[in-house]
Amino acid sequence: MTAPHGIDAAAAAPARPAAGPTSVGLVVAATGLFLVLLASIVVAIGLGPAVISPGETARYLWAALSGGRISASEVPAYQIIWQVRTPRVLLAAAVGAGLGVVGVAVQAMVRNALADPFVLGVSSGASVGAVTVIVFGVLAGLGIHAVSIGAFLGAALASVLVYAASVTRAGITPLRLVLTGIALSFGFQAVMSVLIYLAPDGEATSTVLFWTMGSFGAATWQSLPVVAAVVVLGAVVLRRYGRSLDAMALGDETAVSLGVDTTAVRTALFVLTSLMTGAMVAVSGAIGFVGLVMPHLVRLVVGAGHAKVLVVTPLVGAVFMVWVDLLSRTVVAPRELPLGAITALVGVPVFVVLMRRRGYLFGGR
Amino acid sequence: MRLQLRGLTVEVAGRALVRELDLDVGSGEVVGLVGPNGSGKSTALRCVYRALRPTHGAVLLDGEDSARLRLRDSARRVAALTQENGADLDFTVAETVALGRSPHQQGNQPLTTRERELCARAMHQLDVAHLAHRGVLSLSGGERQRVLAARALVQEPRVLVLDEPTNHLDVRHQIELLSLLRGSGLTVLVVLHDLNLAAATCNRLAVLLEGSLVAVGDPWEVLTAELVQRVFGVAATVVPHPLTGDPQLLYSLSPASPVPSPASEGSLP
Repeated sequence: MTAPHGIDAAAAAPARPAAGPTSVGLVVAATGLFLVLLASIVVAIGLGPAVISPGETARYLWAALSGGRISASEVPAYQIIWQVRTPRVLLAAAVGAGLGVVGVAVQAMVRNALADPFVLGVSSGASVGAVTVIVFGVLAGLGIHAVSIGAFLGAALASVLVYAASVTRAGITPLRLVLTGIALSFGFQAVMSVLIYLAPDGEATSTVLFWTMGSFGAATWQSLPVVAAVVVLGAVVLRRYGRSLDAMALGDETAVSLGVDTTAVRTALFVLTSLMTGAMVAVSGAIGFVGLVMPHLVRLVVGAGHAKVLVVTPLVGAVFMVWVDLLSRTVVAPRELPLGAITALVGVPVFVVLMRRRGYLFGGR
Repeated sequence: MRLQLRGLTVEVAGRALVRELDLDVGSGEVVGLVGPNGSGKSTALRCVYRALRPTHGAVLLDGEDSARLRLRDSARRVAALTQENGADLDFTVAETVALGRSPHQQGNQPLTTRERELCARAMHQLDVAHLAHRGVLSLSGGERQRVLAARALVQEPRVLVLDEPTNHLDVRHQIELLSLLRGSGLTVLVVLHDLNLAAATCNRLAVLLEGSLVAVGDPWEVLTAELVQRVFGVAATVVPHPLTGDPQLLYSLSPASPVPSPASEGSLP
């Protein structure tokens, strides 16, 4: 990871990068991370059962993008690169970026360090939607996208229910939102258990596994554009809320006295993060840990200011997810390891070490 | 800028926390709001910085109803130091102070040179400049209080409302902060628990009891032994401060009374 302000990791006191003119350091950091992301994508596309060098990979990608020529003998390798691996790796990058940035927003929105994109019931709602499609065959007219669309509808329905159950005259309060989300998650899981129990075949069970552990195995060029667009646009819009999120971290009353309409911001964030999470879960399932820990990891390095965190987290999340997906499909090839298992196995030790080395404080310390 | 509370009433669940409160704070005047716990002081202040919408009545800024302003626009006029002393995230002191500029800024634009100087000056005034790069969560309660006060100054308000600003502060910083308020030229409405500091700091005092205004006037008019006995239920002697002449209260503890017990009850006069 590129440290934007040249921080000495060994600094004993909890000293932070200077808060002064952040933009220069931030631009350097973001550019650096973006280049790392591009390099990671090219390398990851080249690696797999058939190993293709980064140079060759870049040439095939260029050929595909520019409509250039390749020789007939290269067609099989080209097919692997362009039709199979590229959409998959790009999907991994988009979802990693999205989960990271949504994690930041949700933690600030509900003012809870333990919140992640799925705390508001979106993923369990999506699972109910997906399982409903498989068990009852609804939405069959939509063909191969039926399950994804069912998952998205389930996620949307879950969000609406959570919002309706937690909203009061005073707007939505952080604790009420988290508690409602967690309670309804259990409800959705119960519904899902019943559906699976009643299901006539085993397909529902494997679908549930897919949704709880996450996978990019279903990535295609058709499924990529929607989720990529939602993530990129969502991240851009979230960044505009940076200063409001900073103010809200000082408490709602203080935020109001700084001119932030906390109710309006929370409602907007709720809609935005639910939409982004729903779009991601629909194509990749609920990949745990990234949305919870990436925000903390980034704050450890760049500090707490959302103007920085909301830029760095999606980039770091994307890089992380590209490598996690690579591990998932290469370590025990041809079988795939569940993504959720790898994100936790890799991320937890890193997080614990970083947290112990620097005096990281969050809310109640 | 003149701050006026007009018929301010706040009812929650049928109970009036603040009742028909009328109070004027003239431009550049420092008015102290005093009263026992639960008398509605903080509730009244929350209406001024718009964390709470009054059930009836209005808060006027130079005669204009603040409820008609966008939150952002009223935040450019009114800054608040609330009782929220914590933070969810470990911002640096400099970042926290800079947040005071947010009602003046669009999007994520960085601070201008003038704004950075403003922040530096406020941090210096509140004696937190040496903490600039520390995380706020690693500070003591008093240090954090001063950081938040600096943040309120950086907001460049014309009205400043403070809810027990001397909380957590040591004596020196209490005196420094209150002196700063006096000399700031801002219109100030401040809730204070220490009546002696209130008398020394404020041009006028307003006394709340059970949500209603029971007295308002200059400290000598308001802080009488009878009022202190009636409102706070304590016996006090009022004496002039030997140097400044401000009224100061000398408290006497209640005369030692035996803990009542059922056996002694019958023998009480």
